[in-house]
Amino acid sequence: MSDAPLAPVPGLARRVLHQPGAVLGGGLFAVIVLAVLIGPLLWPIAPEFIDVAARNQGPNLAHPFGTDQLGRDTFARVLWGGRISLAVGLSAMAVALLLGTLVGLLAGVFRWLDGPLMRLTDVFLALPLLPLLLVMVLLFRDSLSGVFGPEGGIFILIVLAIGGTSWMNTARIVRGDTLALREREFVLAARAAGCRPVALMLRHILPNVLSPILVSGALGLSTAIVTESALSFLGLGFPPDFPTWGRLLSDAVIYLADYPARAICPGLAISLTVLSVTYLGDGLRDAMDPRLH
Amino acid sequence: MLSYTIRRLAFAVPTLLVISLLIFLLLELAPGDPMAQVPLTVPPEVKAQMREALGLGEPVHLRYWKWLVQMVWVEPLVLVDHLFGTDFSEGKLRILSWQHRGPVMDVVVQRLPQTLWVVGTAYVVGILIALPIGIWSAYRRASIFDQAGTFVTVVGYSVPPFFTGPLLILVFAVQLGWFPAIYDTTHRVTDWQGFTVQLKQMVLPVMVLSLQTTAQIARYMRAAVLDNLGQDYVRTARAKGLSEATVLGVHVLRNSMIPVVTVIALGMPAIFGGAIITEQIFSINGIGAQLIGAIKAPDMPTVHTITFLFAVLIVLTNLAADLLYGWLDPRIRYE
Amino acid sequence: MRYPGFVLAAVLTSVMGLPAQAERGAQGQVNIIYWQAPSILNPYLSGGTKDLEAASLILEPLARYDETGSMVPWLAERIPTVENGDVSEDLTSIIWTLQEGLSWSDGTPVTAQDVKFTWDYCTAPGGGCAQAEKYSGIEAIDILDPRRVKLHFDGPMPFPYSAFIGAQSPILQKAQFADCLGPRAPECTAQNFAPVGTGPFVVEEFRPNDVITYTANPEYRDPAKPAFARVLFKGGGDATSAARAVLETGEFDYAWNLQLAPDVLSNMESAGRGRVVSAFGTLVERIVINLTDPARGLGPARSTRAHPHPFLSDAAVRQALSLAIDRALLVELGYGTAGRVTCNVLPAPAIYASDANDACKRQDIPRAKALLDMAGWIDSNGDGVRDKDGVALSLLFQTSTNAVRQDFQALIKQWWSQIGVETELRNIDASVFFGSDPGSPDTFQKFYADVQMYARNFDGTDPAAYLANWQCDKTPTPENQWQGSNISRYCSEAYDALIAQMQQTADISARAAIARAMNDRLMQEFILLPLVDRGRVAAHANSLGGVRLNVWDSELWNIADWHRKDL
Repeated sequence: MSDAPLAPVPGLARRVLHQPGAVLGGGLFAVIVLAVLIGPLLWPIAPEFIDVAARNQGPNLAHPFGTDQLGRDTFARVLWGGRISLAVGLSAMAVALLLGTLVGLLAGVFRWLDGPLMRLTDVFLALPLLPLLLVMVLLFRDSLSGVFGPEGGIFILIVLAIGGTSWMNTARIVRGDTLALREREFVLAARAAGCRPVALMLRHILPNVLSPILVSGALGLSTAIVTESALSFLGLGFPPDFPTWGRLLSDAVIYLADYPARAICPGLAISLTVLSVTYLGDGLRDAMDPRLH
Repeated sequence: MLSYTIRRLAFAVPTLLVISLLIFLLLELAPGDPMAQVPLTVPPEVKAQMREALGLGEPVHLRYWKWLVQMVWVEPLVLVDHLFGTDFSEGKLRILSWQHRGPVMDVVVQRLPQTLWVVGTAYVVGILIALPIGIWSAYRRASIFDQAGTFVTVVGYSVPPFFTGPLLILVFAVQLGWFPAIYDTTHRVTDWQGFTVQLKQMVLPVMVLSLQTTAQIARYMRAAVLDNLGQDYVRTARAKGLSEATVLGVHVLRNSMIPVVTVIALGMPAIFGGAIITEQIFSINGIGAQLIGAIKAPDMPTVHTITFLFAVLIVLTNLAADLLYGWLDPRIRYE
Repeated sequence: MRYPGFVLAAVLTSVMGLPAQAERGAQGQVNIIYWQAPSILNPYLSGGTKDLEAASLILEPLARYDETGSMVPWLAERIPTVENGDVSEDLTSIIWTLQEGLSWSDGTPVTAQDVKFTWDYCTAPGGGCAQAEKYSGIEAIDILDPRRVKLHFDGPMPFPYSAFIGAQSPILQKAQFADCLGPRAPECTAQNFAPVGTGPFVVEEFRPNDVITYTANPEYRDPAKPAFARVLFKGGGDATSAARAVLETGEFDYAWNLQLAPDVLSNMESAGRGRVVSAFGTLVERIVINLTDPARGLGPARSTRAHPHPFLSDAAVRQALSLAIDRALLVELGYGTAGRVTCNVLPAPAIYASDANDACKRQDIPRAKALLDMAGWIDSNGDGVRDKDGVALSLLFQTSTNAVRQDFQALIKQWWSQIGVETELRNIDASVFFGSDPGSPDTFQKFYADVQMYARNFDGTDPAAYLANWQCDKTPTPENQWQGSNISRYCSEAYDALIAQMQQTADISARAAIARAMNDRLMQEFILLPLVDRGRVAAHANSLGGVRLNVWDSELWNIADWHRKDL
């Protein structure tokens, strides 16, 4: 049995472009990003503008996604909310993936690090999330907003809060796979050939644990988007008039029976984003798998 | 393997002590006041007296020590007494909740059945659905089944339970009237009729919860099987003339289980811990609801005790996962 | 001639031909849902409404308030007054007489001993009694005879009806709680989970924070009541699911505290299974203004009287903020029929309600702008925000996390922006906001914001203690660990004098005049801006009869009269 190392090879971009799933996912993702970046500039209604006379409307020409209980335009809010949700979701996912992959690889490759790092993972899994977040806010909100300004501070705090409390699954999965890979022939061969541990980790092991990492990335993105809204209920997130997808969705749930469009629009936005990232990840994985070519 | 297990178990004791101390300090540091839910009509002086009566005046280290003794000594004695009818724990003070002033462990024991029924069933159902979906999606990569499977699992995972719960209630409880929207925790299964009632009230929460489990595990399963299908040993097995079912069901499955076992083990403590949002939507009042209620109260002894039990489970299931790795792939050795 | 027993029984029932309602326990089970689950059935160890109300099926006071807010004797024979001689002329003592023939659910008689014991229980040091305030001022209690007690106060008590009145201070059984005094109170789990009472129901099983089952009390004083044999009291979930369970699926008969958007509730009601009922008390949603400076740079002196607020200490600004608010629209959007516009912090009972401040009922943006212009607050740099001497009218507006409150924040922010006031919004989790952890910067007592919104009310019908909250001495400060009820940090000698005068006045109409004067002073100085007089909202199944929603006492105060109606 001779597993060939999976390694980024020249022409990766070309191969990705040959994966229909990746093209579809990437295209969809690009459309969503463009919409939330440019959309708010083009759409004339401000997301926080209240027009009480126009409240509780279903989708119509003036308000394609309808309006909420105060008469705010849901379309404008979904566009605006996407900026925050995507920024928070992607950054938090990146933090969690980086942390998780690093901890998992280190624990898997270096035996002496395995015990301490995995016990650290146990600690993080065991700490109750809510009090942890409340303490983070208490300790860091003021100092972070002092350094990065109120909004920048909140953004960094939220990203660190979500990323810093959701890396553990990735870490354990990556470590589990690494433990198995460590004993495979190609790794043993590389080691025998004098490959240094760090190079071994990055060149031989990382590419082979990429597919679970990509899966946890896509799942982590949707968790991060939804968790952001949970934070703002605790008073940890952005101010209450700041629309985000998670918040729009949870605010709309009580109106689900009467005005379903209000919940479906932000829900669909989250689902499509996660779906596009999933397809992109699957395509990326396939493009990097030499056996499929 | 045995000596490794023993070493890990021995090491679990200081780990858990550290975790319990960290949880305690975290709760101590977190902003919150057990009097937050007392109405504003109760004057501040009275609230101060009430706080005093909860023992909040005592120094931090004393309170931690008291909890630790109660947790590792008094509560096990109570269990022994309960099992063997002895009275070792007579006159010893148990861990009392700040909310209901009763022993925390009694409530945990009271909540376990409804938590296990609902969350446990959902977990098992979720895994049972997820594994075939994941395997078949990978085996028939890019087929209609794979596309549909990916679509459904990803959409299912990305809509949070706080949305799917009310949606299902609206459709199945309000419009169709098939299932109840509120879980009756006093219901006891004594006959077939009672069993169907129990099944009916479990359907909606189990659906909400298993959707999440299914989606997550199916995605990891698919990725792992895909990684293995291209391996040389699969070609060798096929060349030996083994049937596809054997190749897939025995060789590939076993080798693909490592990440899935990790994910399943990570989710196991949650069976005990309950599902906070889903429990709240259906008023199941399991351990998840108990924990979130205690966090919001805040009821420190309850939060500390439940999260500590949770930590014990996390340490044990992760150990179990590590042992399973060795069984799934004998090349993995621990020394 | 001898008849077999069953024949006799059959003959008797057919002769009496009783309607089903007139027989105890004849109507099966009633299902109640509270979306906050009761934790304990001893009201002295928990101030929470859910706990008080769950206990009110079992434990009863000497007197309570009915749904109109008037006091009615409950376990007592009559309401003591100066006229009937039960209250002494100098207002320093009061005599309560128990009804004849009362017994506990275990069959033993209720005596004056139990009444005195209840006072002992709540005032025992180290017990942390949540209702200690109800017993303040009582020096001693004498047992005159097995049915009569005499309460001695430490001075004249113009309003002597606080101990043993209402769901907050019911009578405990001495025999059951005798060993639970002081520090031992929390350890009496069995007693706290199943108190022996005189009420229409007794506890069958209590699961804290989950569900309670009650059965009819066989010793209840009215042999024909209660009509229901069992009560299932389910807790947990949220307001939406509770409302749905009564109004749409019919799984429950009664749901409590349904603070939901008015159109959501009315759509649920249109399913035709149940009705939404509401009643008004003293609960006022208000914006409290910080008269001191919450600027971060002030360190420990933040939000203390050492530094007056840079612009909210100007009454014109406070008045302009009030004028810009369209209270009628807030009521319509947030509360519907469960809310009323109010311009008073003391909206009820009717004799205390002032009509001097009704101008606030209309939104008047031009006048608000004119006021600010006159006071010199103009937009000098063209950024849309008014300023004066380098101070811009820019505020931080905080409240607890709650869907209606966040809608109110958004609306008010828009109105204030129309008069040139910039608003930053913040919402805080209720357990932190209403907690008084001195280590947290986000509590409502610390008030590290310019304005904040919440609701509060007072127990019973006497507003004296409530109005005393704005006493200068009650300001939260770092020295008193921020424990204080004068959240606005208001300080006025004239107001404090009115508080003292109230304490000396016994005549009810004179008290009412003082209370209105105090209310008007707070309102006309715009110390706080009342928004909505909030009612209690409940829902009950169409088949449930006898519900009389009571805001002055437990909602379940008359559950003995509840019955099943033929539809």
